[in-house]
Amino acid sequence: MAENNLTPKEQYIFTLRELYSKFGYIPYHMGKFEEYDLYSRNKDFLISDSVITFTDTNGKLMALKPDVTLSIIKNNRALSGRTEKLFYNENVYRVAKGTNTFKEIMQAGVECIGDIDSYSIGECLYLAAESLACYRPEELFVLNVSSLDILMSTVRKITEDRGIQNEIIRCVSEKNPHEILSICKENEIDPALSEPLMKLLSLYGKAQTVLPEIKKLCDSIGESQKAEELSRVISVFEGSGLYEHINIDFSVVSDHNYYNGIIFKGYVPNVPGAVLSGGQYDKLMLKMHRKSRAIGFAVYLDMFDYGEENRYDVDILLLYDESVKLSALREEMEKLSQDGKTVRALKRDDEKLRYRQLIKLDASGEKE
Amino acid sequence: MKEMLNVALPKGRLGERVYDMFEKAGFPCPSIKENNRKLIFENEEKGVRYFWVKPSDVAIYVERGAADIGVAGKDILLEYEPEVYELLDLNTGKCRMAVAAPKGFSDNKRRTLKVATKFSKIAADFYRKTGRDIDIIHLNGSIEIAPILGLSDVIVDIVETGTTLKENNLEVVETIVPISARLIANKSSFQFKGDQIERIRDSIREQLEEEND
Repeated sequence: MAENNLTPKEQYIFTLRELYSKFGYIPYHMGKFEEYDLYSRNKDFLISDSVITFTDTNGKLMALKPDVTLSIIKNNRALSGRTEKLFYNENVYRVAKGTNTFKEIMQAGVECIGDIDSYSIGECLYLAAESLACYRPEELFVLNVSSLDILMSTVRKITEDRGIQNEIIRCVSEKNPHEILSICKENEIDPALSEPLMKLLSLYGKAQTVLPEIKKLCDSIGESQKAEELSRVISVFEGSGLYEHINIDFSVVSDHNYYNGIIFKGYVPNVPGAVLSGGQYDKLMLKMHRKSRAIGFAVYLDMFDYGEENRYDVDILLLYDESVKLSALREEMEKLSQDGKTVRALKRDDEKLRYRQLIKLDASGEKE
Repeated sequence: MKEMLNVALPKGRLGERVYDMFEKAGFPCPSIKENNRKLIFENEEKGVRYFWVKPSDVAIYVERGAADIGVAGKDILLEYEPEVYELLDLNTGKCRMAVAAPKGFSDNKRRTLKVATKFSKIAADFYRKTGRDIDIIHLNGSIEIAPILGLSDVIVDIVETGTTLKENNLEVVETIVPISARLIANKSSFQFKGDQIERIRDSIREQLEEEND
């Protein structure tokens, strides 16, 4: 099949597969169904807690997968000292935001499970950045990276109350400092305790510029090691053209009951939300009684529909005269389609057909 | 060509007041003040496009990226929880979300409380925290008449001056949350048009601080 017959999304999926394979990740294919119990035990981990369920012939309550990570963890017991590196491209089924209807969502991603070190985390970040870079190489992209450990250190300085912490984290995700102060006031918390968090929220931008500031802040709150770990994993980008696309932004948050350490989200222009999201999920591993650590990310392929241009149906519309010899017409079709172009031959112009080029052919073999 | 910054403003007095703040921030668009029925206004030189939308729709325009930034009431943000950045409290359009009931109302805790409201999520969240069992009756307007006609026991609604409540023999029983207009931004736009958005946020913040001095 000619490559230009693929939609940009299909081409993108092939590029991602090639990228992840290049780094030694193995394709992981899974069935569409999973026992519902897996999701009911980890509902908060899911983006939406509604799941399509059905009863299997043996009476077991099953679900159409709303998520891939949980299944991969469930089915992979990485042995101590071993590291599994997997990638997938699967459909998941979730309720779309703002509607009460389920949507089939195509998702690609990688999971690295086992003996995770700074390189594994850095490599995962690098693959995330490359995944964004190869969508439309000519366009900008941003990978926002945060450290949930640093964020939680500053949040815990304000309060140990989990309910208030969650409220504060929501404000962090909204870049909403004014409400953090309101929450402190409402709960009679000394606003001075929120100063490290406020400072952290104000530190965002290119990693090269922001990391030294993060280090200073972390030194002042006794969390130097966490800043060093963040700098260490980001150093994977040094000397790479991707470095300038890496931002530090603590408004990237994930549920701290499941995630820890490095978390990140990716954006491309003209797509209104994050197209990629990931991070370390050692806490989820623990909840699922796994001793190993893990990191991964998902690329939300449905989001790319926003940025996709209206494509042409064919490259060339060949309008022919009734007097044209059939063999001449067939020869012309072969000639025009030689370099992979798509050509449709019609007697009359079709107003609904979108084409790049119009060629008219008459009996004399003249073209215009 | 300069990339335009798209701004969704709420139709009405609040939007007009907020536009003045944007103008002072260096993003004027004089045509917006012309008296006509146009909804979209552009100043190509300054790289800004404004559009008037229904106040309750601003957050949707911003969340879906049709607008890069906008101004929405906190009530809408609490009710619809859009995935947006809430960059600044504009301290304008101030009012409160409150529970109101007929004068002399006493809550009979032995039965489910009937609550009429346009803000089902805010009401549900509020009563969940108090542990009170409620039956939400979602209405789209004239909420105040629901208790008078026996449709509900109380209402949850926005209270500005309290005049409408008073005229309908209702009074505020409890304030749920103070409301004001907020500057919001699309999360993706913030990554790529961050300089312009931050310039607006910082300038409006300065304007507000000057007003308070």
